[in-house]
Amino acid sequence: MRDFDYIRPATIPDAIAAAAEPGSAYLAGGTNLLDLMKGGITSPERIVDISRLPELNRIERLDDGGLRIGALVRNADLAYDPAFAKSYPAVAEALLSGASAQLRNAATVGGNLLQRTRCSYFYDTASACNRRQPGTGCDALEGENRLHAVLGWSDACIATHPSDFCVPLVALDAVVEIEGKKGRRHVSLEEFHRLPGETPQRENALEPGDLIVAVRLPAEAASFSANARYLKVRERTSYAFAVVSAAAALVVDGGKIRAARLALGGVAAKPWRARSAEAVLLGADASEATFASAADAALADASPSGDNAFKIELARRIVIRALISALSGTPERLPALPASPFSNIPGARHDA
Amino acid sequence: MTKTTIPVHLDINGRDHDLQLEPRVTLLDALRDRLGLTGTKKGCDHGQCGACTVHIDGERVLACLTLAAQVEGRTVTTIEGLAREGEMHPVQAAFLEQDAFQCGYCTPGQIMSAVACIREGHAGSDEEIREYMAGNLCRCGAYPHIVAAVRQAALEAAS
Repeated sequence: MRDFDYIRPATIPDAIAAAAEPGSAYLAGGTNLLDLMKGGITSPERIVDISRLPELNRIERLDDGGLRIGALVRNADLAYDPAFAKSYPAVAEALLSGASAQLRNAATVGGNLLQRTRCSYFYDTASACNRRQPGTGCDALEGENRLHAVLGWSDACIATHPSDFCVPLVALDAVVEIEGKKGRRHVSLEEFHRLPGETPQRENALEPGDLIVAVRLPAEAASFSANARYLKVRERTSYAFAVVSAAAALVVDGGKIRAARLALGGVAAKPWRARSAEAVLLGADASEATFASAADAALADASPSGDNAFKIELARRIVIRALISALSGTPERLPALPASPFSNIPGARHDA
Repeated sequence: MTKTTIPVHLDINGRDHDLQLEPRVTLLDALRDRLGLTGTKKGCDHGQCGACTVHIDGERVLACLTLAAQVEGRTVTTIEGLAREGEMHPVQAAFLEQDAFQCGYCTPGQIMSAVACIREGHAGSDEEIREYMAGNLCRCGAYPHIVAAVRQAALEAAS
């Protein structure tokens, strides 16, 4: 790892001023950044350690019924917060399906949004990668690409965003609260991450110095608590990134779907909100036939970026499975293997 | 850039240490190379194997993905700090009894992780133990005995 200056600012304005200098990077949990620094994929000259900043590690109920999650709340603390897990069970399940217990004790809400792709060519500094080094090309295009994107990719980059947490969040209309040199602003999570286009190095809406201070969930997000699931297919049972995942949330009344949310993970450079599928679901009968139509709509624009046509059919089936699981109701206990399509063994209670 | 060092105060297993470190030094390297606490193992050094699991303020984390400077003012416990007055920790004893290792390299990380797993309440069934111990890899494949050791220690803790 290249050496760097280490700064531990006492306030948010101090942090933003320090990080606005070129070559700076914020450090919170460090679970992704330090790994990237060891590999020379990123080499900041100045580390701004924000992990001690007060006021960023709170979970607050808002007067309008929404929820504000501080950017430094750790994945484990959020997933095990009883009120949170009860109101947003699919988000808790997604959090617990990601990484390992040790990593979840360090990784933070803000850092999760900013984690980099796990494309092996991005990680290998000897490979061409437009995301890591703009203009060099993309070795994944003709390389080992069976896990790469099937939606929203470009010839410049076919990488995927690895987050589980972001998938139900984007489905539930989460909003990112950002503080920068020009003050505080709100960006919807759906617009926060960018598709690669010709500029895959621009991964999100942040400007130099910008700090994610919180993620907000609107009041409506809790209305899906009785019928919400996250399902994730991995190449091993646990401790692996998603090949494909889906978050499904429904409000069902008299057999009709009154509200529906659907998002996919592991398929694109951003958490993928499937709005066309939601349009199919809304007002329709809550049936497997409807779910199959919704899955077709969700994947209508998908195309293989390489050796990965199987992911389109896999995603279609996971969408149907997630919708069926959501319809059958949020289980009282989180599964012992969170988000696993292969196990229904119960684990801890959502509100334990 | 000149190699600057910063003062870092560490509380490891109840002992205070004042070190002068480059900011890039991880907790893992500080433990092993500066303090001689080689019980915490360096497996992958990339947060994938769990061999470097330690407790910070009582919670399990990976020492390889933590800067030493980040844990200033926090309490660190390593495998060397588990035994009390010459008595093995019950999880250490359970690993011995169940023969929960072969080469032993992953064992300190497994034990640190298991202590936390039981404390967190995630050792209620074999499925749960497997899931919540998934961050600790064992290349020898001693998993069935590791699960048995965690199960035994969890039952003892509950009784």
